Amino acid sequence: MHSPQPNPETRSSDDWPSELYRILKAADVRQMSYVPDAGHSQLIRMFSADRDVTTNVLTTEEEGIAIAAGAWLGGQRSVLLMQSSGVGNCINMLSLSAIGRFPLLMLVTMRGEWAEFNPWQVPMSRATQPSLEAIGLKVMRAETPEDLVETVESASSLAYDSDQQIAVLIGQRLIGKKKW
Amino acid sequence: MPMQAQLDRRVAVAALLEDRKDTLVVSGLGSPTYDLHSVEDHDGNFYLWGAMGGAALIALGLAQAQPAKRVLALTGDGEQLMGLGGIATIGVARPRNLDIVVIDNQHFGETGMQASHTGRGVDLTAIAVACGFAATATVRTLEEVQRLAAEIAGPSDGPRLFVVKVLAENPPRSLPSRDAVFIKNRFRAHLGFAAA
Repeated sequence: MHSPQPNPETRSSDDWPSELYRILKAADVRQMSYVPDAGHSQLIRMFSADRDVTTNVLTTEEEGIAIAAGAWLGGQRSVLLMQSSGVGNCINMLSLSAIGRFPLLMLVTMRGEWAEFNPWQVPMSRATQPSLEAIGLKVMRAETPEDLVETVESASSLAYDSDQQIAVLIGQRLIGKKKW
Repeated sequence: MPMQAQLDRRVAVAALLEDRKDTLVVSGLGSPTYDLHSVEDHDGNFYLWGAMGGAALIALGLAQAQPAKRVLALTGDGEQLMGLGGIATIGVARPRNLDIVVIDNQHFGETGMQASHTGRGVDLTAIAVACGFAATATVRTLEEVQRLAAEIAGPSDGPRLFVVKVLAENPPRSLPSRDAVFIKNRFRAHLGFAAA
């Protein structure tokens, strides 16, 4: 054992949810919708405590695609949080974002790809990126906290400034193993 | 046997929107989109030609972004049945400026008039009540629709869902633009937002 001082680098990279919150607030995101995932829990808490952001808990992920389009019609930016299993629920509703060129930013925590205990997560995990690309989304991936922060910053600009439909896949390796 | 609906859907929708003022309207794919367009191709209309099940939720995002404006989701029974979960999401979100009006012919009119769930005992208003909506009703006559239009114009402390039972028939189509980017930008310009 050495160096009792906490390494500031490590501390900030462990706290990537706070960094994502800071970036999304700086991008003036005013609505957030989600189906929960453990990997998103801190970000969900932070947005839920924010009076300037309207938060919607969804029964199924495609609802958030529609809410994001409605928010944009009304002049607000929205972000959608889900895990990879939810991507399959979204496919037809993504026609709306694609054909209407609505800004869309989805943050997708990956399951079924790294130290996964539940085999039922694997098929949709495999289908996540190809199905998003098949319906016309741009898919970006991050495997480290540093890369994730930079990727979400770039993705939010592409989505909200350039009217693009973006899914950021957050690698399961980054989130860590679920405790069973 | 339930009462056979007699109301013409176009007459009902025209009465509902006769004095819409600055209400923003999102229409579900199929007949509700044609009905809305047949009344007036208003800049505050957003027409769906797909995204089935999404009309009320687009209206939710819009209502949350524009709390000072009344927002109406005008949809059909088939479209709303595909978005049943959305009724729970809207019940929890509890917007005060969002109404859902289901033009209910109890059939999938666009695909050959197959019978839907609402003619077989499924009651969307009862689902909305169970999801905490502030008000619901089922109406069947022009007079009732006119009273409903007046009620919708007034304030509410939560979302409302109304079912308008109409004749199962397909009036001549009244087709709005299918260019969603154009309709989106026209809608946003109506609210004062510049195109990107």
